Amino acid sequence: MRTMGLAGLDELVAALGRAGYEVYGPRARDGAIVLAPIAGVADLPHGVGDTQDAAFYRLRDRGDAKVFGYSTAVQGLKPVLFPAHELLWKARKTPIGFDVEDADATPPKPRAFLGARDCDLRALAVHDTVLASREFADKAYGQRREGVFVVAVTCSDPCGTCFCVSQGGSPKPQEGYDLALTELLDGDGHRFLVEVGSERGAEILAEVTTTDAPPTDTAAADAVVAEATASMGRTLDTSDLHDVMYAAADSPHWDEVAARCLACTNCTLVCPTCFCTSVEDTTDLTKSMTERHRVWDSCFGSRFSYIHGGVVRESGKSRYRQWITHKLAGYQDQFGLSGCVGCGRCITWCPAAIDITAEAAALRAGLTTGATDALETAGETR
Amino acid sequence: MTTTTTTPTVAVWKFASCDGCQLNLLNAEDELLDVAEAVTIAYFPEATRAMLPGPYDVSIVEGSITTPEEVERIKHVREISGALITIGACATHGGIQALRNYADVEEYTRYVYAHPEYIETLETSTPISEHVKVDFELRGCPVDKYQLVEVISAFAQGRRPRIPTYSVCVECKRAGNICVPVAHGTPCLGPVTQAGCGAICPSFNRGCYACFGPQDSQNCHGMADRLAALGMTSEEMIRAYRTFNATCEPFQAESLRHERARKAGAEEVEA
Amino acid sequence: MTATDVVRDATAPGPMAPRPFRVVARRQDTHDTATLDLIPLYGEQAKWRSGQFMMLYAFGVGEIAVSISGGALPGEPLRHTIRDVGAVSHALVSSQVGDVIGVRGPFGTSWDAMDAVGGDVMFIAGGIGLAPLRPSILEAMRRRGEFRHVILLYGSRPGEGFLFTDEIEDWERNHGFTVHQGVRAGLAAVTSAPTFDPDHLLTLACGPDIMMEVAAKTLVGKGVPADKVRLSMERSMHCGIGLCGHCQMREAFLCVDGPVFNYDQLIPLLATEEL
Ligand SMILES: Cc1cc2nc3c(=O)[nH]c(=O)nc-3n(C[C@H](O)[C@H](O)[C@H](O)COP(=O)(O)OP(=O)(O)OC[C@H]3O[C@@H](n4cnc5c(N)ncnc54)[C@H](O)[C@@H]3O)c2cc1C
Ligand code: SF4
Ligand code: SF4
Ligand code: SF4
Ligand code: SF4
Ligand code: FES
Repeated sequence: MRTMGLAGLDELVAALGRAGYEVYGPRARDGAIVLAPIAGVADLPHGVGDTQDAAFYRLRDRGDAKVFGYSTAVQGLKPVLFPAHELLWKARKTPIGFDVEDADATPPKPRAFLGARDCDLRALAVHDTVLASREFADKAYGQRREGVFVVAVTCSDPCGTCFCVSQGGSPKPQEGYDLALTELLDGDGHRFLVEVGSERGAEILAEVTTTDAPPTDTAAADAVVAEATASMGRTLDTSDLHDVMYAAADSPHWDEVAARCLACTNCTLVCPTCFCTSVEDTTDLTKSMTERHRVWDSCFGSRFSYIHGGVVRESGKSRYRQWITHKLAGYQDQFGLSGCVGCGRCITWCPAAIDITAEAAALRAGLTTGATDALETAGETR
Repeated sequence: MTTTTTTPTVAVWKFASCDGCQLNLLNAEDELLDVAEAVTIAYFPEATRAMLPGPYDVSIVEGSITTPEEVERIKHVREISGALITIGACATHGGIQALRNYADVEEYTRYVYAHPEYIETLETSTPISEHVKVDFELRGCPVDKYQLVEVISAFAQGRRPRIPTYSVCVECKRAGNICVPVAHGTPCLGPVTQAGCGAICPSFNRGCYACFGPQDSQNCHGMADRLAALGMTSEEMIRAYRTFNATCEPFQAESLRHERARKAGAEEVEA
Repeated sequence: MTATDVVRDATAPGPMAPRPFRVVARRQDTHDTATLDLIPLYGEQAKWRSGQFMMLYAFGVGEIAVSISGGALPGEPLRHTIRDVGAVSHALVSSQVGDVIGVRGPFGTSWDAMDAVGGDVMFIAGGIGLAPLRPSILEAMRRRGEFRHVILLYGSRPGEGFLFTDEIEDWERNHGFTVHQGVRAGLAAVTSAPTFDPDHLLTLACGPDIMMEVAAKTLVGKGVPADKVRLSMERSMHCGIGLCGHCQMREAFLCVDGPVFNYDQLIPLLATEEL
């Protein structure tokens, strides 16, 4: 394994630039960490950490020099690879009918992501499955996804809403990266242990000044992972979760959540695995040119389930139920994997502080008490 | 599609409305002139000399119904119009007719209207939709120019207007803003407010002021609990819910709930 | 999947791009419903199976899901029967011979009426629901000898009118269909004196959710196996290809897993309201 210093990291960003990539990395903006284009290490959030809880996010001064010392960024890779808004095609009226031309979503430069976490990569794998592996594929997603280079980073300081470990994830990136870094900062200095995940990764790394990592560094990296694994802010009991969610379809608990839920859609729009969209058609004033656009949508909207004659999911409770049931059970049937990677974003960014782990636990508890009640009643009548 | 040889005709009608709405309609004239290539503004006495006889493909109606004469006039407009679209809070919600429900009408009028003396004439003000079938209601006090142009073009072209009814949060997240209540502790009414503005205020790190009225699935009660958690007082909340769309039912109900609490001197707002 | 193995064909048009088709025939069925026959401007006619649907695009207005109402034999024009209920359906219904509309598809599952060969087949239609059933009805008509009883139960709301009345008469008179048709025609007409054998009956139903659910429950109550009752479901559809999420009912994407489902698959989904 190799190791490099901050200067090496800067070289890595430069090497990616030379290789033709547009490099996205973490930056502090408006009081939060966002993924945005970066030119070098200087753009990274030096010494910036975060504190996250339900409906609460604040940056804090870590008092150290770490550049990856925050936990989850505001969004995963979704806004870049599956943007909030895109043109699908344009059509032009012709003397005999009309011609349609697909938009080309291929980015001018392929993208490299510096700082992606394990949850981001697992969410990316979910989108790959949903959008690019089934009978019909999202062509534009495929165009943007192709050639993506990932420099993943081990989480050293998970926040209060993280629960990836419950969802089969880990603070240490497992797969889907070209290079993976673990940031170390101790008496031996500020350095990054590098693991190679692909041939392209090895090629890029060859252009960067690195040294052989001493065994002590590998041990230190393992300790970072162990500590992070033990400091998850939340947990989710996933035993039989799929069946629990389906069995809870008529739970009285939905009314209770609905009283708090603002049907604002924030949870779905920050969730890195949510994929729902709507199409919108626009025309020029003479109606000779028309365009179809695809925009992020959410099952929390009333029009989302509108068919002629009415809205299928009219009540707030049916919408919350759709969201949590889809995340924790529906995806499994549809795509063979969980729709939740445990990133905690929906908890942090819900302005009503609604917590998917707490609601799942309440639904589970409601089922068992319900079952106990049923048992007791059965006992009384006997 | 069916090829039309003439461009669709649009008529603009004014009923009882306050100065804000009228001004805004005239403001939109520049944009409407852009549309003029595609539609014929056939009747718009307030702004142009256009006085072509009906029937019209699309009628835009501004203002509310306050007199028996207006009841007859709106029925006539309906008869000679293909699509009938109402614009602004007066036309869509009867303007301030709901005011009578407020304990302190005078104080309220001062918040909202530049010329409170005008209010008197609107005592029996009712929305257009109480009198005739309305094909589309464009909300706003005043309406947004660009939304107005979108509605007119859409109806002229026979498509559904792209006027969202979901929350401001949708636009806010699409725009990539950082959520101000969560990251800054700034109260924001975005979750209960209808989109359309492009989430302008949160884009400048300010909370949403609810200009566009309630979104289609608003939960004002739940919102109030969250605003209170961020330190908003009942009084501030009443003001927030009354600033622009006071007469929209959900906002009104919520502001009244807080007002009752304040009058009763209660610490806690009733559930 | 890793970062590198996403496959991409940059030249092929994406599944979201409509193909232009010309209206070659138009028939006004009722006051608000019309049938259009379509052939492609370029390239080959689409191939479809009974029960499938297309996404039809009215230029500059929008796109909606519409079932295919024409037979699926090679050489037939693509046929759709559309009820004018809103902006897009209005534009489609108003189109005239010579106009060009966009078509994507075919999408979704099929009725597979031929599964009933050797037994009885019953079609239950509510209102516009007769249109999606028509391709299968034509199949049953053409191969009438391979079925025992063929029953059509067709109800519509007051004032809605009836579709394909001339054809229905032909099916009844010349092809030995048992037809129960009327305003609010109910299942009682069929089940009070059943001519079918519950063990050998395949039912295909299309209409409002509630109508189909009541029909399915009644038939299952009469001993018809739940997997021998097929329903065609309707939900909001923006893509038709399993990507937009609008059409979901719990784990089902109605556009790719449906629209035709065996009732046994739907029992848990219909059990909960607003799913
Ligand atoms: C599988 C399937 C098969 C069908 N087959 C037939 C058929 O054979 N014949 C037939 O007549 N009908 C059929 N329908 C029904 C047909 O699709 C609807 O009648 C049609 O969608 C109505 O569209 P509209 O624009 O005319 O009406 P509207 O009621 O104006 O619009 C309905 C659709 O438009 C969208 N929509 C409406 N308002 C909004 C909004 N504000 N924001 C976003 N989206 C909005 C929704 O997706 C909604 O489903 C079928 C539907 C399905 C799902
Ligand atoms: S939770 Fe809702 S928005 Fe997210 S993928 Fe599921 S249906 Fe779509
Ligand atoms: S459901 Fe919540 S915690 Fe799970 S992946 Fe989505 S945003 Fe993250
Ligand atoms: S759960 Fe929270 S974020 Fe999601 S819609 Fe409800 S209030 Fe908004
Ligand atoms: S800042 Fe306001 S409008 Fe934007 S997402 Fe947050 S609550 Fe919604
Ligand atoms: S219609 Fe888009 S997923 Fe089914």
